[in-house]
Amino acid sequence: MDGMREHEQHEHLDGLHDHNDLGGDAKLREGPLDLAAVRAKLQFKTGKQYWRTLEELAGDPEFEGLLHREFPRQAPSEWDDSVDRRDFLKLMAASLAFAGLSGCGRTPEQYVVPYVKQPDGMTLGKPQFYATAMPFGADAIGLLVESHEGRPTKIEGNPDHPSSVGATNVFAQASILNLYDPDRAQTVTKFGEIQTWSLFVDSAQAIAAAMKGSNGAGFRILSGIVTSPTLAAQIQSLLTLFPQAKWHQWEPAVGDGAREGAKLAFGSYLNTVYRPEKADVILSLDSDFLGSGPGHIRYAREFSRRRNLDQFFEGDRSGPEMNRLYVVEPTPSVTGATADHRLPLRATEVELFARALAAKLGLGGSSAPLPSATEKWLDAVAKDLQRHKGASLVVAGEQQPAEVHALAHAINDGLGNNGKTLYYTEPVEAHPVNNLESLRELCSDIYDGKVETLLILGVNPVYTAPHDFDFASKIKFDEKKNRKPVKNTIYVGSHFDETAELCDWHVAESHYLEAWGDARAFDGTLSVIQPLIAPLYHTHSGREVLAAFGDKPGLSDYDALRDRLKAANPSTDFEKFWRKTLNDGLVAGSAFVPANLALKFSAASLPPPKTTPATDIEFIFRPDPCVYDGRFANNGWLQELPKPVTKLTWDNAALISPKTAENLQLAHNVAWRGGEHGKVYSNVIDISLSSSKVTAAAWRLPGQADGVIVLPLGYGRKKAGYTGTNKGFNAYAVRTSDALWTASAPTSAVKKTGDDYPLACTQYHFSMEGRQILATGTLAEYHKNPNFANELAQLPPKELSLYKGEAEFPYDRDKWAMAIDLNKCNGCNACVVACQSENNIPVVGKDQVMRGREMHWIRIDRYYEKAKSATNDPSSYDDSLFNPQTFFQPVPCQQCENAPCEQVCPVGATVHSAEGLNDMTYNRCVGTRYCSNNCPYKVRRFNFLRFQDWETPQLKLLRNPEVTVRSRGVMEKCTYCVQRINNARIEAEKSNSPIHDGAIVTACEQACPTEAIVFGNANDKDSRVAKLKAQQRNYSLLGELNARPRTTYLAAVRNPNPELESA
Amino acid sequence: MSAGKPPFDSPEIRRLTPVIGPGYTYGSVTDKISSIVLTRPTSLGWYIGFLIAFSLLGMMTVAIGWLIIKGTGIWGINVPIGWGFAIVNFVWWIGIGHAGTLISAILFLLNQKWRTSINRFAEAMTLFAVACAGIFPLIHTGRPWMAFYMMPYPSTMGLWPQFRSPLIWDVFAVSTYGTVSLMFWFVGLIPDLATLRDRSVQKPMKIIYGMLAMGWRGSARHWHRYQSAYLLLAGLATPLVLSVHSVISFDFSVSIVPGWHTTIFPPYFVAGAIYSGFAMVLTIAIPLRKAYALEDFITMRHLDNMAKVMLATGLIVAYGYFFEFFLSLYSGNKFDVFLVQQRLHGPYAPFYYALILCNILTPQLLWSYKLRHNVAVLFLMSIVVNIGMWLERFVIVVISLTRDFVPSAWGRYSPTFWDWATFIGTMGMFVTLIFLFVRVLPAISIAEMRELVAETSEDEK
Amino acid sequence: MAQIFHRSTNFIARFSVFSTLFLVGIALVAVLAVARSPYMTRQNITREQPVQFSHKHHVGDDGIDCRYCHTGVETSAVAGIPPTKTCMNCHSVLFNNAPYLEPIRESYRTDKSIQWVKIHRLADFVYFNHSIHINKGVGCSSCHGQINQMPLVFQANTLLMQWCVECHRDPERVLRPRDQVFNMDWKAPDNQAEVGAKLREEYQIRTTAELTSCSTCHR
Repeated sequence: MDGMREHEQHEHLDGLHDHNDLGGDAKLREGPLDLAAVRAKLQFKTGKQYWRTLEELAGDPEFEGLLHREFPRQAPSEWDDSVDRRDFLKLMAASLAFAGLSGCGRTPEQYVVPYVKQPDGMTLGKPQFYATAMPFGADAIGLLVESHEGRPTKIEGNPDHPSSVGATNVFAQASILNLYDPDRAQTVTKFGEIQTWSLFVDSAQAIAAAMKGSNGAGFRILSGIVTSPTLAAQIQSLLTLFPQAKWHQWEPAVGDGAREGAKLAFGSYLNTVYRPEKADVILSLDSDFLGSGPGHIRYAREFSRRRNLDQFFEGDRSGPEMNRLYVVEPTPSVTGATADHRLPLRATEVELFARALAAKLGLGGSSAPLPSATEKWLDAVAKDLQRHKGASLVVAGEQQPAEVHALAHAINDGLGNNGKTLYYTEPVEAHPVNNLESLRELCSDIYDGKVETLLILGVNPVYTAPHDFDFASKIKFDEKKNRKPVKNTIYVGSHFDETAELCDWHVAESHYLEAWGDARAFDGTLSVIQPLIAPLYHTHSGREVLAAFGDKPGLSDYDALRDRLKAANPSTDFEKFWRKTLNDGLVAGSAFVPANLALKFSAASLPPPKTTPATDIEFIFRPDPCVYDGRFANNGWLQELPKPVTKLTWDNAALISPKTAENLQLAHNVAWRGGEHGKVYSNVIDISLSSSKVTAAAWRLPGQADGVIVLPLGYGRKKAGYTGTNKGFNAYAVRTSDALWTASAPTSAVKKTGDDYPLACTQYHFSMEGRQILATGTLAEYHKNPNFANELAQLPPKELSLYKGEAEFPYDRDKWAMAIDLNKCNGCNACVVACQSENNIPVVGKDQVMRGREMHWIRIDRYYEKAKSATNDPSSYDDSLFNPQTFFQPVPCQQCENAPCEQVCPVGATVHSAEGLNDMTYNRCVGTRYCSNNCPYKVRRFNFLRFQDWETPQLKLLRNPEVTVRSRGVMEKCTYCVQRINNARIEAEKSNSPIHDGAIVTACEQACPTEAIVFGNANDKDSRVAKLKAQQRNYSLLGELNARPRTTYLAAVRNPNPELESA
Repeated sequence: MSAGKPPFDSPEIRRLTPVIGPGYTYGSVTDKISSIVLTRPTSLGWYIGFLIAFSLLGMMTVAIGWLIIKGTGIWGINVPIGWGFAIVNFVWWIGIGHAGTLISAILFLLNQKWRTSINRFAEAMTLFAVACAGIFPLIHTGRPWMAFYMMPYPSTMGLWPQFRSPLIWDVFAVSTYGTVSLMFWFVGLIPDLATLRDRSVQKPMKIIYGMLAMGWRGSARHWHRYQSAYLLLAGLATPLVLSVHSVISFDFSVSIVPGWHTTIFPPYFVAGAIYSGFAMVLTIAIPLRKAYALEDFITMRHLDNMAKVMLATGLIVAYGYFFEFFLSLYSGNKFDVFLVQQRLHGPYAPFYYALILCNILTPQLLWSYKLRHNVAVLFLMSIVVNIGMWLERFVIVVISLTRDFVPSAWGRYSPTFWDWATFIGTMGMFVTLIFLFVRVLPAISIAEMRELVAETSEDEK
Repeated sequence: MAQIFHRSTNFIARFSVFSTLFLVGIALVAVLAVARSPYMTRQNITREQPVQFSHKHHVGDDGIDCRYCHTGVETSAVAGIPPTKTCMNCHSVLFNNAPYLEPIRESYRTDKSIQWVKIHRLADFVYFNHSIHINKGVGCSSCHGQINQMPLVFQANTLLMQWCVECHRDPERVLRPRDQVFNMDWKAPDNQAEVGAKLREEYQIRTTAELTSCSTCHR
């Protein structure tokens, strides 16, 4: 009888989840023994002492438990069907205890651990929000981070920040998991042995002293792109201290094209800032400016503002008309999917296209002959651009060479867009250099034995450097010469990774939520990085490590930051300024001012282009949309996140156009377990490039340019941690300095090995099967008939319901509803990760995804318009797969008013709420899965196994205390973030005031860069959601089933160029 | 038997194949049947068979234990296919559990003499099948230890089950059916238990049978009450035979899944159930009469009749298939139409064709008198039909789920080792119980056979 | 031949049949009863605390307001167990060397939290919010009983869902004027029925349907 209570306790052991009267730090102290605690015990112990302490520890059962415990994990271990002996015994025991499992018995005592001195301004049980920023490449994303009793739990965008505008991307959302990553390096080590910070500082000082004589001739610093003035200042101070020292930079996934292009065009490094909002016609030359790169969140927001159709719906056409986007790209990106016209071209052909365009626009240069189709396309684009002089925009891709960028600048200049749809500022980077050359110089210096001390800040060159540089050999002990090429190697990194292995010293790096700092946003805005929690382990920031070599070794990040800001703003009342800055998360008015410069470049001056022979295959390298350059490889959320277009998880694959795959006889076949929604076997190929070889799974990708193979970077890590190690293949292994982004080789470079490799793909089937799932149309059609989305569906009257009882819900107070504008969604996935973070959604691992059991509460479906093939998936070829139009559809729980799930639940675990939500009550659920069977949208997720991680202490800190942690055997699904609804309602009710529109923002809505998702009260006629639902584009998914979904969609409308349409 | 093909059910055939062999007296009948239990030494075959069955039963317990430890994730199910083998087997077993009560109750009310010698073990089989079926709804839940939430009881949560859900109807339908069948079976046993009590030699046996016999003395009053009780129970059981599978079919027809959502299910499930039930009776009867030389009690007449019933129900099922097919197309509902195409051309098409072969085509052979009277053929046929009916449930439950409304969510299902272990395990349990049954209880009702002797001897006159 | 069974067995048989049925019935009832018993709910059971803190003394005798220590109760989901600092506000002066307060002083010295045994426990999937109840005129004593008379605190009610739902189904029974919320000795007036109804109007308390939706307490 009372088994239920007993069991619940089992399921909610998560101590922190017991949010009553519990301070975060207090809990940290109470927490079970973990590595951090061990390290704490071992701190300041060396030699004998160290080992004695270890012996003492060894007595401690908890410590043994720790040792015997398998790796701390984020993803559950891949579980197999086999039963080993121990399991078998357990099983016997269990079958005996079966009857007693429900266990009538009292739960053990629980304790309340209050603060000793409660921090000021904190109310127990109420979250606090702090402004900070996440540095990422040449950008910093402004954030507001939610903190519960001292532990950060959720990341949101900072509305006042230019590069965030309140939204986030997948990396920002998932970075919170990096903070709690159990595999993070937790202390300072030398040759893999635990050391203390003080010891490190001493030896750093010793090294510095030794270098003094030589003015630091042998001293080298290697970092990624640095946009932090404070960090840069620190480096500069070292460089002044050691005039002979050098600072190198290497950012593996950011090309030098943009930098060099600016130099080519304007004679100096520059930063380009786009204003898509102002552009009527946009041409992207292989640029994914809506999905990646500096400022992409802002760009996506501005772009989507121009995809609004409200004004048409309101009859007022004065508003800015819908813009038009042309994309030329070798492989489908989210930008390409959003395009009105997309032209697949090989990466090298993009340059030809740019040249031809420049020529056509009369900007000089020779126009190499193009294929007729391309020519026609080009004409249309050129005309369109000219029609919109000053209101057009040409964007060049990060991975494109300098020439393309220069041409883009020239074209924009020629069209008079400069200062209108884009502007130039001084570089955001503190010290812009050509990364490739910088790394090359470092390597040759090491080779020539010029380097004595190498300090690596945060980058992982052993893994990411071009393989012809063979960076490992540059720092590894040289057996032949029997010496180390570099005397001292110091590595500052978050994990003990490939580089850490080969360096003498490894200083565990603090997460950005653990240390003070600053960084510049894409437009130069100075953003302050404010820590939300004291370092979980003995970690330090890169700046602190640098300082250890300088004259002020003790200088804390906090002081360094404040000193610099003081220096920068001498006049102001600093404390006031400081408080304001921390509150805003940025220094007001610190954005760079537009510089106006004259173009010093003509297309004519360009050398003849280098192209890939038509018969050859072109290999292009791209950062992975989920793990980027590999730095997120150990992040379970990102590993399990279906990649926007391919929908692959846990692996990267060599992406090949269906036609090329056909020629190379590369096939897929759908597995019987999981099938289209899980497991696809694909052929494995050997790729031999530039005297090196890599083995990869080949994946047919509709819309990819023929003759192109994409090798996504960031996978195949050898030492990333439990989650990230040995997933996918390592594209860096075939990436050389002379072909950093584009390599080419004859087809013979690709060989089938004959093996098949199972890939976890969450949506293999691409056709809508002629059903109206995702309504699409053109702007013309929309003007003709704004109601086109509802033409096909016949909606039965609600009264058809067998259960007239449904009328007992008048919904007269609040009527929660959601509208998703398919015209804006670009499938960027931010909502998926945001939801995972907000709702404590577990990671299930590749094996389970392959069985079709991923847990995401909101999924993004990808469909190809007009594409078809024998099997309606890429496994069989059809010409329509060459360049299909791609559409994305986010599908959360539709919160039906006539919910099929509710009728069939035997125990009433999923019930209609008075406000029209489908409440899912986990603790009542017995797990018959009937509701899922009966859900036409298949949005319900079931805990087939114990997916949630109960052991790892770090992950307990991560959880959102406002949401129940689900156990094995219960159903779960999107709740419209009911915890946020309830909290907002409670606050409103205290003052008996209505909940105003926007007071409740669901996690997905909040994260969405394009404002595609809108949540609100449908009863409030002035609410945004009510307005959207009033539009004629608004339609219900599978409306004919009469489920009356509360989540409705606004049809996607594209704005094609009539000239190209006619063809 | 006889050459040529006399018209069905003529007195001639009655003579040729009576419901009981000639020349039996009360005594001889009693001796023959009770000896199986009491005097006859247990054959080696029995031991071997029992051992095999019992080890399979062991496998089942292991599989279930592992399930409890790990969770339903050890099975092949996923989203969208939330129901797999567990539900398929459940429906299949329940179906099998139909013949027994049908034979003993309905045929009893219709006063069909030929039921007499087969009703006892048919009923036993029913009970065992229902027991096997009963396991699945429980273990297929994610948290079996919470399954009592499905019971209406005054809980500390102030909650009741959701009575709109067909699963709740199942709980009642199946448990009622199980209970009534059990009582019916036991009441029928009482006189025979008394016989065994009186005939068994060792004291312990006497005591055990004695207790079970509940002091039966065979007095006129006992007989009178016995018969009225038996009649009442028969009347009670009859509607249940029809209701159980109707209710179970609601699990599907009430939902909106294309392939489930169809009104023809109740009749066609019941017919299918009887179909598979009789098949299973044959599957057991044929070896049984061989093993214990009961050809005189379970005569060709019985086999012939059961074959006919199979043929008849088989045709009803065929009709059901046809209309399921027709209605989908006729409705014009694009999802239903698509489902039909999937069954014919989809990845699971072979299963559908196999099903047609087993359930519709093969049984047509039963039109032939010769084949009906060929024991070996009948036995094979019964096996084929059992397989066919299992396939039917697989096609309905699983394949409908693989491709429903939103293409992006389409998936596939394939059973894991544990699915098979549980399924085959229940077969082990079933056979184990059958073996025990024939060993310790009279597989044929002695009392009723006595009556039969009386009646038939009157026929002779 | 000799009878195996004595005639008396007839009686035994009948008796055993009926008694089994009877026992099964009893067992079921017992299970239901145990689930509601203090043994399971811990109702009315006082428990040892590291410091024998007496609410009777502090609230009943000294008349300290609840909110002096439970600061969050009006604004937050949790009332909040006071930090050691709060105790020391007074006890740095009063009884500042009483031996039984040593744990407090020690905690303050060593900065180690005191571990209080938790008395009022809800399962973790129940999201109870103190502030809204207080603001809508549900008094402390309605759930916690007369704390001001408890030397050692015990759980005055079962805290079973049944018990919560009773109130959510008709709140009128317990609603009181806002100024009475913290009054431990408040007794429902005879005309509570209409008073409650009036207050429900006044506080704009939501419909029963809304109050009893699952998501009101479970997320």
